[in-house]
Amino acid sequence: MSQTNQTCTTCPYCGVGCGVTMQQDAGAWKAEGTDAHPANFGRLCVKGSALGETTGLSERLLYPEINGCRVDWDQALDTVAVRLREAIDTHGPEAVGFYVSGQLLTEDYYVANKLMKGFIGAANIDTNSRLCMSSAVAAHKKTLGADAVPGSYQDLELADLVILVGSNMAWTHPVVYQRLVAAREARPNMKVVVIDPRSTATCDMADLHLPLQAGADGYLFTGLLAWLAREKSLDQDFIDRHTNGFSEALTAADAACPDLASVAEACALPEALVEKFYQWFRDCPRTVTVFSQGINQSETGVDKASAIINCHLGTGRIGHPGAAPFSITGQPNAMGGREVGGLANMLAAHMGFDPAARDRVSRFWGTERLARSPGFKAVDLFRAVGEGRIKVIWIMATNPVVSMPEADLVRAALAQCPTVIVSDCVSDTDTLRMAHIRLPAAGWGEKDGTVTNSERRISRQRAFLPLPGEARPDWWIMTQVAQRMGYGQAFDYPNPAAIFREHAALSGFENDGERAFDIGALAQVSDAQYDQLLPVQWPISVLGPGDPGAAGTERLFTDGHFFYPDGRARFAAVAPRLPHAAVSRDWPLLLNSGRLRDQWHTMTRTARAARLMSHTSEPFVAVHPDDLAEAGLRDGELVNVESPQSHCVVTVRASDDQQRGHVFMPIHWNDCFASAARVDALVAAIRDAESGQPAFKQTPVRLSAYGPSWQALIVTRGRVNVPDSQHYWCRIPGERVTRLRCAGTRAVDSEWLRARCPEIEQFATMEDEALGHYRLVGYRHGKPACVAVMAPTLPDLDEDWLSRTLEAGDGEVMQLLAGVPGGRRDNSPMVCSCHQVRQSCIEDAIHEGCADVAAISACTRAGSGCGSCIPELRALLVSTEKEKRDAESDGNTDRLPVHAVG
Amino acid sequence: MSVTAPMKSPLVIIGNGMAATRLLEELLALAPERYAITVVSAEAAPGYNRVLLSPVLSGEQNEASVVTHDSDWYQRHGIRLITADPAVRIERRRRQVITASGEVLPYHRLVLATGSRPRRLGCEGGELDGIMTFRDLQDTRALIQASREVRAAVVIGGGFLGIEAAEGLRRRGVAVTLVHSGPGLLNRQLDAEASELLARDLTRRGLQLRLNARTSAFLGRREDGRVRAVTLADGETLPADLVVQAIGIRPEIALAEDAGLSCRQGVLTDDTLQTFDPAIYAVGECVEHRHRTFGLVAPLYEQARVCAAHLAEMGHRRYAWRDTATRLKVSGVSLFSAGERDGDATLCWRDPVAGHYRRLWLDGSRLAGVVLYGDTSAGAWYSERIGDDISPWREQLLFAERLPEVAA
Repeated sequence: MSQTNQTCTTCPYCGVGCGVTMQQDAGAWKAEGTDAHPANFGRLCVKGSALGETTGLSERLLYPEINGCRVDWDQALDTVAVRLREAIDTHGPEAVGFYVSGQLLTEDYYVANKLMKGFIGAANIDTNSRLCMSSAVAAHKKTLGADAVPGSYQDLELADLVILVGSNMAWTHPVVYQRLVAAREARPNMKVVVIDPRSTATCDMADLHLPLQAGADGYLFTGLLAWLAREKSLDQDFIDRHTNGFSEALTAADAACPDLASVAEACALPEALVEKFYQWFRDCPRTVTVFSQGINQSETGVDKASAIINCHLGTGRIGHPGAAPFSITGQPNAMGGREVGGLANMLAAHMGFDPAARDRVSRFWGTERLARSPGFKAVDLFRAVGEGRIKVIWIMATNPVVSMPEADLVRAALAQCPTVIVSDCVSDTDTLRMAHIRLPAAGWGEKDGTVTNSERRISRQRAFLPLPGEARPDWWIMTQVAQRMGYGQAFDYPNPAAIFREHAALSGFENDGERAFDIGALAQVSDAQYDQLLPVQWPISVLGPGDPGAAGTERLFTDGHFFYPDGRARFAAVAPRLPHAAVSRDWPLLLNSGRLRDQWHTMTRTARAARLMSHTSEPFVAVHPDDLAEAGLRDGELVNVESPQSHCVVTVRASDDQQRGHVFMPIHWNDCFASAARVDALVAAIRDAESGQPAFKQTPVRLSAYGPSWQALIVTRGRVNVPDSQHYWCRIPGERVTRLRCAGTRAVDSEWLRARCPEIEQFATMEDEALGHYRLVGYRHGKPACVAVMAPTLPDLDEDWLSRTLEAGDGEVMQLLAGVPGGRRDNSPMVCSCHQVRQSCIEDAIHEGCADVAAISACTRAGSGCGSCIPELRALLVSTEKEKRDAESDGNTDRLPVHAVG
Repeated sequence: MSVTAPMKSPLVIIGNGMAATRLLEELLALAPERYAITVVSAEAAPGYNRVLLSPVLSGEQNEASVVTHDSDWYQRHGIRLITADPAVRIERRRRQVITASGEVLPYHRLVLATGSRPRRLGCEGGELDGIMTFRDLQDTRALIQASREVRAAVVIGGGFLGIEAAEGLRRRGVAVTLVHSGPGLLNRQLDAEASELLARDLTRRGLQLRLNARTSAFLGRREDGRVRAVTLADGETLPADLVVQAIGIRPEIALAEDAGLSCRQGVLTDDTLQTFDPAIYAVGECVEHRHRTFGLVAPLYEQARVCAAHLAEMGHRRYAWRDTATRLKVSGVSLFSAGERDGDATLCWRDPVAGHYRRLWLDGSRLAGVVLYGDTSAGAWYSERIGDDISPWREQLLFAERLPEVAA
């Protein structure tokens, strides 16, 4: 703990919520998994292991700014308070909005929610969890009576059948995935089914992959319920005793999916494959169905999630070890936000806007201004900004100009909003660029509080770094504003512990077991106990003797009691349908979007760790090779990706993992890193009617060649001037060396190239004017600090080597200009980010006899770090072995079989 | 001489310069027993490497290190070396060479390797004492001697020899002004940019430069008839108690002309280096081959090789002119030039920090010429590829030998 030089905290990335132990080693922070943390038991993924590399202060927002000028906190807070006050007094409380984030700590979230709903008196606070979780929330409430995830990660390990739907867990929740892999190795009979239109790294572990038609999941699970009923495999006893609405649900299911053939057709899957999956489901009482964004981010997300839960209710597979529907969240504290009520359609602590709840919360908070009705959900919130109905918007710890659908409209809305306030810990995001008032928030490692992971486990995030510059925790900023607005008494918190106690007290306030979220037992923790708080799963209404955190609830609904007043769950009658947005002659491809293995959200933190940029450093669109050929495009060239909403320019990648007609883009890139790669600008704001969650996964698009007349690469120490967006560019930050890839359709000259590197003092130049081929080496303090190459088509350059050499500062100029080391080059894809092992090295190892992952790890170290590249290693084993066999069957019979050695 | 041994036919070589000694080497390798060889030299010294005279002048080499063939070498190979006794006449009908001392040398084959002599300006005062040339070992010794006595020197001629002489004298403590009639130093070898880099580097070392400057007269001291200044066409007068003329060479063809051999600038030869008299060959700087005369060592060596093959009666070789790369022999200044400085595209590399410069001329897809300044390590690599189709690796051409796949 903090008295020694190590601090136990929680990872700021995905919803797994791993315990991380930070320790200082020779001045640098190193992250290690906390062995005792029940989410990860010491494991970390590559992003988590690189956390120490992201704590530097470069590109941090350190001082408050108004209209680009540094001001002191008093002036900044006064201005925020006055603007809010003016807007509320002139236009009413609905004229201000907060847009918050699953990156906030629960305590921050609580204060934001209390300020908006309790004291400003409207409910125009929504969170980016709307974009990832709200369909699951709605489905939970609709079926279980409360937004409560029934099981724990342990249930995945105990199950005989694990179904992963709409989740590339290997990349998005790597540590849970690794737990699953380990469990399956220990129990080989366990089966894993992956349901995803893409063939992802997660399929590596699957016994069965159902590459269904995009958006057809509703048919698959509605059909499953109907099939189970026909097979007489439902748990009628459970249905009778613990649920309502079964017959309506079954009628609807039978109508939509009368037989296997209709399901198979709707999903575009072979009937036998569907039947096999259904049989497995029937035969495995211990079944966990994990669902994520592939289900949630859909215009029928609530229906799909409900259809999944229906199957578990119908078989009684809920509340037992190894049996649960399991929504896995994307963000470190999406769950905390749901608990405090940070969504616009919740009031607080799992309470809605019914009179009893309003009365209860008003009394608890001591306010007369409590919001009366739900506020705008995310998409509507920004539309209201665009329509001028919201005059002041305060955005905290999130980047909606990148992450919202129709992101161009969000930017346009902010551009004409009278007051845009953005609290963030970094100095430049697409959203910060739109801000009038910028407030420097404390970042991970500096702030103190709690987060809740996907299995309802509350863990402490603890500070191990001092607050840099004038950065302050979000709760502090908001309480200061609240005090200036005249709500001082209600926001007089000395520390996060005090906020947590109030939050816990509210959850238990007049609860009596009616509300799932109850941590009333923690309402009395002392500051010291709060500091020492061990990970605990809610609900925890009764405190264990003398040991906060010992108690907790591993599994909900063990007694078949649900949170509807009658204690029964509700089946949801689901009429599945495919997305309305269909491909057409003009928009022939369906765009899917998602995360990559080594990046997080809009890259504000992950891009600081050079090794995380090495797996994939440039935005791309993955396309089936046949679609690529049909469009007349070449693998690796720049393409326009157009939708009716906007357009992007990215590199195209041929990928057999894509189905024909389906293309994929990562969600991470934005205007700080690339000229036009905000995938969400392409996405129409089509939402689920119930949850308001946008459908990010199916956007009709078309591809065309970008056709640049020139390309350029700049690798430089120091700053880089990115071009304006009339040219393509992509910035790849590194520890000391930044890379900038550019291309364009309008000619530029070598002067333009020089102007990209403002800190370079002198240039050595190489020119082939007739070809338009230029190479520069820039000097700073007499040493080579920059290499820039521009040509109609870029020659083969070893960017890694260039970066390393410039970083070391010992480059020989001619060799730098050549762009490749003297010896052998390796530009093959980076597979293992932890140990920086490339594909060719792994292929060599396989050729030399490494026959399994363990042998490859022993030989190359690949896969021995976080392990998230192991699926890729397996794929390489298969493809390389196949190559070897092909070579041998081509008559090369004198080659002796090789065996793994040592 | 043994009676049973077959009579060797006499071969006389007039001249003992680098072409002659190389010819001897080549011939001995091919047909060591074929000829009784006599070498007639006007100089007293045995064979030496004229290329190294510049470092001797600058003091970086001593005289001993330039000797390539001492008298012992001639003895060992049974060659008669006549020194300090120039050939004065060729009796072609009798196949005899007569030396200044009156010796008569019969020949079966004769090789003219008479070399060249320096050009001199014809302007007023050209006969004054202290106006010298820089050509052979004797000149070198004289310049070294003079450098101890003079304060200011003017070197005329911004070619290789002029720059090397100027730099050599400067290093010996003489204040040197280099006068060049052209727009840039080495303007026959370098492009303007490289020329400027060279001028800048030489100026930095302390050399004074006058470009586009024509010498109009030499002024002398009345008391001893020694030069005291050089007047330029623009009226400037440069004080000088030593003047070195390095404005080029003329083939030494007096003997050949007297003997009635066909000459123009030099002794005319065919591709076998044979003159119009089938018994007489010519090699080296005295030769005119296909309208070309020679001043660099590489073509001389090539001529010696071809000529030796024919003398050995293994003649199947033809001499063909090949462009020759040139380097400046001034320590600390590296430059390299080869091929034509003309083409339809140029590739250029400049590094102002390291002081490196590289320009390549392309003629369509072929490498036409190259100038390197600063880093000349790639010179050999480029000169081998002049005339080659380089289009497959045009993008990497400026990197030269550094790229393994290019070298392949």
